[in-house]
Amino acid sequence: MTDTALHPSAFEAHGDHGHGHADHDAHHAPGFFARWFMSTNHKDIGTLYLIFAICAGIIGGGISGLMRAELAHPGIQYLTTWAAYLPGGEQGLDHSLHLWNVLITAHGLIMVFFMVMPAMIGGFGNWFVPIMIGAPDMAFPRMNNISFWLLIPSFALLLASPFFGGAGTGWTLYAPLSTYGEPGPSVDMAILSLHLAGASSILGAINFITTIFNMRAPGMTLHKMPLFVWSVLVTAFLLLLSLPVLAAAITMLLTDRNFGTTFFDPAGGGDPILYQHLFWFFGHPEVYIMILPGFGIVSHVISTFSKKPIFGYLGMAYAMVAIGVVGFVVWAHHMFTTGLSVNTKMYFTAATMVIAVPTGIKIFSWIATMWGGSMTFKTPMLWAIGFIFMFTVGGVTGVVLANGGIDDYMQDSYYVVAHFHYVLSLGAVFSLFAGFYYWFPKMSGRMYNEALGVIHFAIFFVGVNMLFFPMHFLGLQNMQRRVPDYTDGLEYWNHFATIGYMVMAFSMIFFFVNIIWSLVAGRAAGDSPWGDGATTLEWTLSSPPPYHQFETLPVIDGGDGHH
Amino acid sequence: MTRNTRTALLALLGVCFMTGLGWASVPLYRMFCQATGLNGTTQRAKVAPGAVDHKIRVDFDANVAPHMGWKFMPESPSDTVDVGARDMAFFTATNTTDHTITGSATFNVTPYQVGKYFTKIQCFCFTQQTLKPGETARMPVIFFVDPKILADPDANDVQTITLSYTFYPVDSAKTKS
Repeated sequence: MTDTALHPSAFEAHGDHGHGHADHDAHHAPGFFARWFMSTNHKDIGTLYLIFAICAGIIGGGISGLMRAELAHPGIQYLTTWAAYLPGGEQGLDHSLHLWNVLITAHGLIMVFFMVMPAMIGGFGNWFVPIMIGAPDMAFPRMNNISFWLLIPSFALLLASPFFGGAGTGWTLYAPLSTYGEPGPSVDMAILSLHLAGASSILGAINFITTIFNMRAPGMTLHKMPLFVWSVLVTAFLLLLSLPVLAAAITMLLTDRNFGTTFFDPAGGGDPILYQHLFWFFGHPEVYIMILPGFGIVSHVISTFSKKPIFGYLGMAYAMVAIGVVGFVVWAHHMFTTGLSVNTKMYFTAATMVIAVPTGIKIFSWIATMWGGSMTFKTPMLWAIGFIFMFTVGGVTGVVLANGGIDDYMQDSYYVVAHFHYVLSLGAVFSLFAGFYYWFPKMSGRMYNEALGVIHFAIFFVGVNMLFFPMHFLGLQNMQRRVPDYTDGLEYWNHFATIGYMVMAFSMIFFFVNIIWSLVAGRAAGDSPWGDGATTLEWTLSSPPPYHQFETLPVIDGGDGHH
Repeated sequence: MTRNTRTALLALLGVCFMTGLGWASVPLYRMFCQATGLNGTTQRAKVAPGAVDHKIRVDFDANVAPHMGWKFMPESPSDTVDVGARDMAFFTATNTTDHTITGSATFNVTPYQVGKYFTKIQCFCFTQQTLKPGETARMPVIFFVDPKILADPDANDVQTITLSYTFYPVDSAKTKS
């Protein structure tokens, strides 16, 4: 996707492996324990992150399966039975309904903090940011290691919390439910889990910023950086500036819960609305944190399979910067029903709609990249085009919800659920699959099975649209989110959505079979399986890349900018 | 110091700054509410500016935190006042328990946009109130509605303002949950 010409001679480490003394270290990997448990290698840590994200995705996706099963019919079907399996056992309907809250909370937190973020930033970011800028590794490899291993206790705390009563506050942890609504250790465990995950991400963000600013190969100026690197850079800044606010807010929750402070308690002069402001000051940038690296991945895939440099490279890069900046000043559109004045609502409505402009620039530039291109519809390209469709649907409903007046009606309905699943569950996840299929040959050295990949895409696409599109109808009929029951009239589309979930889950069989089959029996991928369209630096290395790449730094020629 | 360390330290500075901003938002938010009347936060003044020819109704709403054991109510449920004129209303509180309780009242007005025009000169809610077992206290609030409300397009059609109080036991934070 770039027209940057590389000095082939700069790739001694790549071309003729093993010949020079300088190459020796490139292939010297430590033993199993040291390599995977004490890793400081960005590619190994990236692999660990991807494995972690897949495991978390299975758990988070399984929880959504439980929820869809319960929602298939009105009334309470399974919750009572499931609740009996948890400590405390059979404790009546309230206990079962609390389990519902626990499930939605776990699903949200797992998918946000333990699936999408580790896969996008920790997984693909770690794997490809250093390679794409021509760096041997991340700036702080040991810090990279602790970023990953902080996630393990964090995830363990979250997964253990249901056995101590369960945190049923929703992923937003709104006060007062999270301050004096749910005593017991569970909510404290969820808060500490977020503290650890936040610390992990902040360390990761510092690492990425330092790497991208200081370790680019000679000639790799900021305006020649691949768009995926741009997307991770913007994401790292969003993490750096938003997560500390979340950390402060949830620390206040913790002291309100345990040490008698009243930050969010009116009895002592606090205000629960302040928590919402703090949470969404983090929460809105957070949704861009989850989608921006996806933008980067999709740009690479579209460009590669259209055999054209990306249309409007600088516009694409600065559109992401603009989305990141404006993302910090729109948070109260999550709080339209908390009694904001008309003027405040007008501002947040207008500011939110402004984000549609840089987002539109990106959508149209992707389409313009495909226009007149020599397109091939390999699996990654299918996912990328699917991403554009899904993200546009989610973006359009986002513009609807941005209206303060309409939001009064839609607030906390399934329309909102449909909206954010179209941009995240479908947008972010489609870009993750696009990236996974795109880079799987590079990471593993083996080609995936194309037929299985296409089947996975086709069934998944149908399944998730059956699953989430009816939620628009349900929301417009005022089906409330976070509630396990609904009126009989809403049964048809709820049942339909549950079937959609099963279709989606069925498609995942093809994904896992594909991974296992390809790792065992896939044919060798070669350095650059996607041909001339793939022009970023990772395709100049062997597949999989040497344990240490770029012992001699590549030199990036002038040219008129990257892609 | 290497270039990497310097960049990382600058980034860390950003983290510290945003953490500080997170904590500073607590007093900043309170100041912002007081300055702008956000969420119906009322204003304070020493004297009323004098009546203008416009009347507005003020309803009084009194609440007590659960299990506090006080009876708390306005002496009259509502009052029609001249905008700009000083007015006085009384609330009574009775301690129905057998022990002394100190309480303090939180307050706001609805609709929220009149917060910056509803001005109190004196209020029992500015201080803590202590009631012995069985004791009843009569507590005044002196207020006026700022005539500037008539010039605000968002607020000049308001015909009824509800002034609401909620009494909380002062040590509630420590004994709660």
